[in-house]
Amino acid sequence: MPAEPSADEASLRTELGRQPNKSLLRFLTCGSVDDGKSTLIGRLLYDTKLIFEDQLAALERDSHRYGTTGDDIDFALLIDGLEAEREQGITIDVAYRYFATAARKFIVADTPGHEQYTRNMATGASTADVAVLLVDARKGVLTQTRRHSFIASLLGIRHVVLAINKIDLMDYSRSRFDEIVEDFNAIGAEMRFESVVPIPMSARHGDNVTARSTHMPWYDGPTLLEHLERIDVEEDLAAAPFRLPVQYVNRPNLDFRGFAGAVAAGTVKTGDTVAVALSGKTSRVKAIFTPQGEATEAEAGEAVTLQLEDEIDVSRGSMLVAPQTRPHVADQFAAEMIWFDDHHLLPGRSYILRTETQQVNATVTDLKFKTNVDTMAHEAAKALEINEIGTCTLSTQTEIAFDSYGFNRSTGSFVLIDRMTNATAGAGLFRYPLRRSANVRWQALEMDRAARAEIKHQKPGVIWLTGLSGSGKSTIANLLDKQLYAQGHHTYVLDGDNVRHGLNRDLGFTEADRVENIRRVAEVAALMADAGLLVIVSFISPFEAERRMARERLPAGDFVEVFVDAPIEECVRRDPKGLYARAQRGEIANFTGIDSPYEAPENAEIHLQTKGTSPEASVEFLIQWLRDNRFM
Amino acid sequence: MQTHLQRLEAESIHILREVAATFAKPVMLYSIGKDSAVMLHLAMKAFYPAKPPFPLLHVDTTWKFKEMIRFRDETAKRLGIDLIVHINEDGVRRNINPFDSGSNLHTHVMKTEALRQALDTHGFDAAFGGARRDEEKSRAKERVFSFRNSGHAWDPKNQRPEMWKIFNTRIGKGESIRVFPLSNWTEIDIWQYILQEDIPVVPLYFAARRPIVERDGMLIMVDDDRMKLHPGETIQERMVRFRTLGCYPLTGAIDSPADTVEAIVGEMLTARTSERQGRLIDRDEAGSMEKKKREGYF
Repeated sequence: MPAEPSADEASLRTELGRQPNKSLLRFLTCGSVDDGKSTLIGRLLYDTKLIFEDQLAALERDSHRYGTTGDDIDFALLIDGLEAEREQGITIDVAYRYFATAARKFIVADTPGHEQYTRNMATGASTADVAVLLVDARKGVLTQTRRHSFIASLLGIRHVVLAINKIDLMDYSRSRFDEIVEDFNAIGAEMRFESVVPIPMSARHGDNVTARSTHMPWYDGPTLLEHLERIDVEEDLAAAPFRLPVQYVNRPNLDFRGFAGAVAAGTVKTGDTVAVALSGKTSRVKAIFTPQGEATEAEAGEAVTLQLEDEIDVSRGSMLVAPQTRPHVADQFAAEMIWFDDHHLLPGRSYILRTETQQVNATVTDLKFKTNVDTMAHEAAKALEINEIGTCTLSTQTEIAFDSYGFNRSTGSFVLIDRMTNATAGAGLFRYPLRRSANVRWQALEMDRAARAEIKHQKPGVIWLTGLSGSGKSTIANLLDKQLYAQGHHTYVLDGDNVRHGLNRDLGFTEADRVENIRRVAEVAALMADAGLLVIVSFISPFEAERRMARERLPAGDFVEVFVDAPIEECVRRDPKGLYARAQRGEIANFTGIDSPYEAPENAEIHLQTKGTSPEASVEFLIQWLRDNRFM
Repeated sequence: MQTHLQRLEAESIHILREVAATFAKPVMLYSIGKDSAVMLHLAMKAFYPAKPPFPLLHVDTTWKFKEMIRFRDETAKRLGIDLIVHINEDGVRRNINPFDSGSNLHTHVMKTEALRQALDTHGFDAAFGGARRDEEKSRAKERVFSFRNSGHAWDPKNQRPEMWKIFNTRIGKGESIRVFPLSNWTEIDIWQYILQEDIPVVPLYFAARRPIVERDGMLIMVDDDRMKLHPGETIQERMVRFRTLGCYPLTGAIDSPADTVEAIVGEMLTARTSERQGRLIDRDEAGSMEKKKREGYF
């Protein structure tokens, strides 16, 4: 089989010359289950010759097996990629499709119309410039149409195409078209779209998708493809104040320290003064690296690396900004939330808030209302369920820099991540900062143990280390304390040194004094846990009864008994304070293990054998246990 | 205004940097093909003037074209990047091969299993792959950051939503993420970018006279003496090139005179078959790629 001759040389060059200078348009299609979304995209791909012969052959085979279009090719099958969808005939996940014409490359997010998959529509809408809303000409504007318009508008889409599909089934009726347009305008007015273009079409037969319909002489507007090729969606992001969320610090050697990220807004030139949003420190831009090499200027959309004149503190999560027009910096703010997770959003729960490059602990302090996506009415709510949208106030552990979503999608957006499952639980749109003193809204919370713990992003408790002198309790306690602190937890160590010298100065080492000693320590530990702390108690505490008393002083599950276990011979050998030697010489009376008993715990949560195990390994084990048991 | 290639380039660089900034031990799966070439080129740009802060990993099935292996070693050397080559030695001992074992078993043992071995051995927590969403139906719905459980499995019904340019990079112990920086590129974007940036690719992409056997409707290049001819088969010299590259017995060539990148782009603009048409593994059974991916295939 001889090769086909390649395209004519001259037209090829023209084509090549034009192609790399195309613009890019991202749009999403949304509609209800049977509006013909997939058929529309299949039609676009087919008519722009993006379906290849082998795919077409597979499609013809599948059309006979699963198709719903008789002998015609069922374009929907091409789009519904996953096996389950082919079987059930529904689209269960957002899918991305690509096609190009001479003028533009298109990225299509095909998003499902099913109610339970609202999150997919929000996902598709978050990066789209245009929304193509499908309406079945027979059914007209439905609740779903209103919902899809609302989500599109919420996520900042400014241009809408109202694709009035299946007009062939309404005899290509102009009055039906006008009626639907009027119905939509009634709801569209609330959404403040910049442009709404209604187009009557039949995706199945190809009318007004890429080719002008011969059945509707009354329609003189553009076809869908013509409109998508021409629509101007460029926001003048380059004219906005400069924003660079720092993604990565590039430091190949001591002489080079570059801050890499995607410019979210504005332009930057060498010599410009830029400020670090959080610290307010400023410096000047020394050099700019773009994918095209070293440059003197870069603008919104480009992935750059900047070098600054001065050694100021900048790391991942910092935002470099125009010094005259800075973003908001706050730890309390109002936001719109779209919820994705089966676990409800609950005020008071702690989440990980993630912006494009920053990550911080956050709590929803107040759920003001949820918005009914069908009526846009505000309704009181105690929680947000999956696919619900609400307006909240949030509080973060440290201040963060952001813009309002209306100002910039990149610096105005965030997600909340579930701390336990790591699921992306919801998406948020920053609205405005709240002044701390005026707006701390804690009325949703009682000032109780849980509330105090919540602000510390930990579950309080008492980690009670018991064991012989020299078994390694203090070493482990101090190391554990350090590591928990390093991970941002609020802790305190109670041990003989800081208690015996003050609170328990009046107590000796008789059995009665030892019991009182432990009782007081248990009370203090319980109060500290009540205040939200993770309390590490390091006491020999030889008697089972006192340990039980301490356990019962706390809510079930909050007391963690850790048996720090080493053979007495090993403890004597270690003898870090020389106490065994003195006890053996008779200089100390009632010394546990020598002339006073140690009752080994039988129901300790954790049993650490310290002989032959490093303190680091013991602590690692402890931390993993605490993590597994959700103390952190 | 940025062109579509500049926007794709910026998006990919953003993804590459995000992984370097948030994972402890990333790796780049390097399959030697045109997509890997573009991905590696983007990585060189993303971290300039530094080198990419991760090694390359090639899972060698021992059935790759000889020219691919030569190109792989030259590329690593030219760019000064660490290259890890992993072969499933157990598969080699069991003599798993595409001729006798069938493409399914061969791919499973020498690619999917081998990849899992390599990722586990080195403890990589993020792995870049050059897959594009336009390649295959099940890819169209995969995320840019695609979560894998500790058994490397993909659950298509439980994917994390990806909003804006915010990626949830958090994983638990033993879990990992596959990352696809070229998700939004199409085949023609790849070639136009190769043309624009003058990126070296394996010469097998360009037309030349090569020894070819026609088998099961595919043009198979005889790359070494491990390929035994069936009765009635003959080796003929044909002017062919490859649209995709994989194991030589599983990758069909196409008749083509296109011997420059310009000519390839020209051919692409008039092409009427998809690039994976030449790949035997996609045709094994309906939904076959989705199935392989659930098992941990890239």
